[in-house]
Amino acid sequence: MEKIKSLDDLRKKRQELESQLRLREKSNAPESLVQIKVAMATCGIAAGARAVMNTLIERTAAEALPVIVTQTGCMGYCHSEPTVEVHLPGKEAVVFGRVDARKAIDIIEKYIKRGELLDGIIPQNYERI
Amino acid sequence: MAIYKIHLLVCGGTGCRASESAAVVESLRASLTAAGLSDEAQVVATGCFGFCEQGPIVKVMPDNTFYTGVTPADAAEIVAEHVLKGRQVARLLYTDPQHKTPVSDAKQMGFYRKQLRVALRNCGFIDPENIDEYIARDGYAALATVLSDYSPRAAIDVVKRSGLRGRGGGGFPTGLKWEIACGRQADRKYVVCNADEGDPGAFMDRSILEGDPHSILEAMMICGYCIGADRGLIYIRAEYPLAIHRLEVAIGQARACGLLGADIMGTGFDFDIELRYGAGAFVCGEETALIRSMEGRRGEPTVKPPYPAESGYRGQPTNVNNVETFANIPVIFLKGADWFAGIGSERSKGTKVFALAGKINNVGLIEVPMGITLREVIFEIGGGIKDGKRFKAVQTGGPSGGCLTEKHLDTPIDFDTLLAAGSMMGSGGMIVMDEDDCMVSIAKFYLEFTVDESCGKCAPCRIGNKRLYEVLRKITLGHGTADDLEYMRNLSTVIKDTALCGLGQTSPNPVLSTLDNFRSEYEAHIFDHKCPAGQCKALKHYFILPEKCTGCTACARSCAVNAIVGERRQAHSIIQNKCIRCGACIEKCKFEAIQVN
Ligand SMILES: Cc1cc2nc3c(=O)[nH]c(=O)nc-3n(C[C@H](O)[C@H](O)[C@H](O)COP(=O)(O)O)c2cc1C
Repeated sequence: MEKIKSLDDLRKKRQELESQLRLREKSNAPESLVQIKVAMATCGIAAGARAVMNTLIERTAAEALPVIVTQTGCMGYCHSEPTVEVHLPGKEAVVFGRVDARKAIDIIEKYIKRGELLDGIIPQNYERI
Repeated sequence: MAIYKIHLLVCGGTGCRASESAAVVESLRASLTAAGLSDEAQVVATGCFGFCEQGPIVKVMPDNTFYTGVTPADAAEIVAEHVLKGRQVARLLYTDPQHKTPVSDAKQMGFYRKQLRVALRNCGFIDPENIDEYIARDGYAALATVLSDYSPRAAIDVVKRSGLRGRGGGGFPTGLKWEIACGRQADRKYVVCNADEGDPGAFMDRSILEGDPHSILEAMMICGYCIGADRGLIYIRAEYPLAIHRLEVAIGQARACGLLGADIMGTGFDFDIELRYGAGAFVCGEETALIRSMEGRRGEPTVKPPYPAESGYRGQPTNVNNVETFANIPVIFLKGADWFAGIGSERSKGTKVFALAGKINNVGLIEVPMGITLREVIFEIGGGIKDGKRFKAVQTGGPSGGCLTEKHLDTPIDFDTLLAAGSMMGSGGMIVMDEDDCMVSIAKFYLEFTVDESCGKCAPCRIGNKRLYEVLRKITLGHGTADDLEYMRNLSTVIKDTALCGLGQTSPNPVLSTLDNFRSEYEAHIFDHKCPAGQCKALKHYFILPEKCTGCTACARSCAVNAIVGERRQAHSIIQNKCIRCGACIEKCKFEAIQVN
């Protein structure tokens, strides 16, 4: 095991290791974070949802954005898969349809970082209880 | 290093492991590998989640899904449905007992809503056998801060300002204890962690050691720095093999990366920790008996003073603290004394871990802010009384504590309020009783425990408790007399006033508190020869209603002691002095002719 020889060593090691637990830390306080849900039912997976999810997770992790990415089941928009729901804290959730890796990056860069809306928003057609 | 998208946390505490949680970990890993997902999802064996009632528990992060009663056979479905498709496996979700609806997010469970996890912050969150996960959670950062930025006196001051009081039962201010040990001059001083945990039904300390062993090592080092000690000893009962294993792993890892041993992190501070095993005697949790036991002598308490801080292990100044007390120390330095002092009540700061047990829906381990009411703990977190029965009493403080009743339900719980109500905080056992529990028998149960566990060194405890037990036994057998109650009260007072150590000084409490709160129940046993709860067998009376008896002889044939007599097709009767009150006849009678009162 690597020796921790100074206080600095400990600090460095902590920084290296921090990302391992970031996902767990975030799920402790999801309300204050941007929540992204990727629909990962059969239709979503067939349309490439897994690649979209991976892009979202890798990008947001690399930039350490306050974002939590989870998967959900079918949201009922099979015509527009892959679909991604984004919930900015304190705002209504928005669903984007036909998301691919490029659009996933757009969602991060434009909607999440700057609050700009993009094309391809699916109107919410049901109420959640 | 892979970034996992999903973390499957599986409880690896003693409770869940007893129901195969280790096999659940294996099958989850195997299913992930088979599905080609082992780079995407990580399986972690953690410490206790506290919800022992419905283990084994699997928690899926980041969506906080809480699966209960998971078996190895469920692993494939969790992987195929939840990990692959993002669909929760509904049949494994925790179901709210009141609304009968599945709860998909652990944050919405009544069991967790009022809890605040400080001492248990890492239990059920990190892998206790992996020092990296502890470091990633700011582990050893408090030690680093103390070693680099604080003088021992300044660090002690932080502990004093936090208001932390000992969680081992007495509630002595921790900072003050450290200050006393710090002020002693000696060649060698010791830090001792009391992990004896002898209260029946208590498992707080075990769970902390199993779920977060490094936090205890870190806190002992901070204490060592503060009081000027370079040796730490953890006194742990040998009946805690998993906790011992996790401690050994943690000590090994901390040594391997230079966080334990000589010149820690280049600061010149030396500290090392060893384990000492106890054989599991309640009295060995008492600090002076504990020290003697560690020295290889009989585990008998000694007169205080001298206190351990003056003359402890091998005659040297020794600071003894409880596991949970230590578990709070690193957080106090990370978050600040003011943060800690902001939690809890006026004179009891922070949180307390309780082991909830007895006739309650959610048996398990909970941590709540001091000052919460018994009602919140029992009815909200605990989910109320089992089988819709009526709440009768709650026992806190183990064999040293007492029974509290309905009138105490809205009392805020802290060190002082519990004492004032005739019980005590103790180490945090909390046993809930319903209408079927006989309070005389409960008092007898605790006295029986004390009689077994008394070391016998002083007469009040050795002889007094035995006499007390005998009177209680006599009452439950229906031979109590009118003057027994006064006799017990007097004897209790004498034992409390004259016993050598805390064991005898508190052992009459279960008797006194039930005498105070349930006097009529004692009187019913003594004067009416009845046990209102129907628990005392000797006071049960079986009889046959002649008008209902058809003389079928079923009861007589079932009676093992031939206590039932009567001709065929004639009403039967029970010979009272032969009857052993086993109840076999009632089960056989098809005509409801046999009654009991
Ligand atoms: C009979 C008896 C049993 C005790 N058992 C324990 C125990 O199991 N664990 C514990 O921490 N303290 C126990 N104590 C209290 C210890 O004597 C001591 O006060 C405590 O370890 C100090 O730590 P603290 O200040 O952190 O609470 C017991 C005391 C008595 C009288």
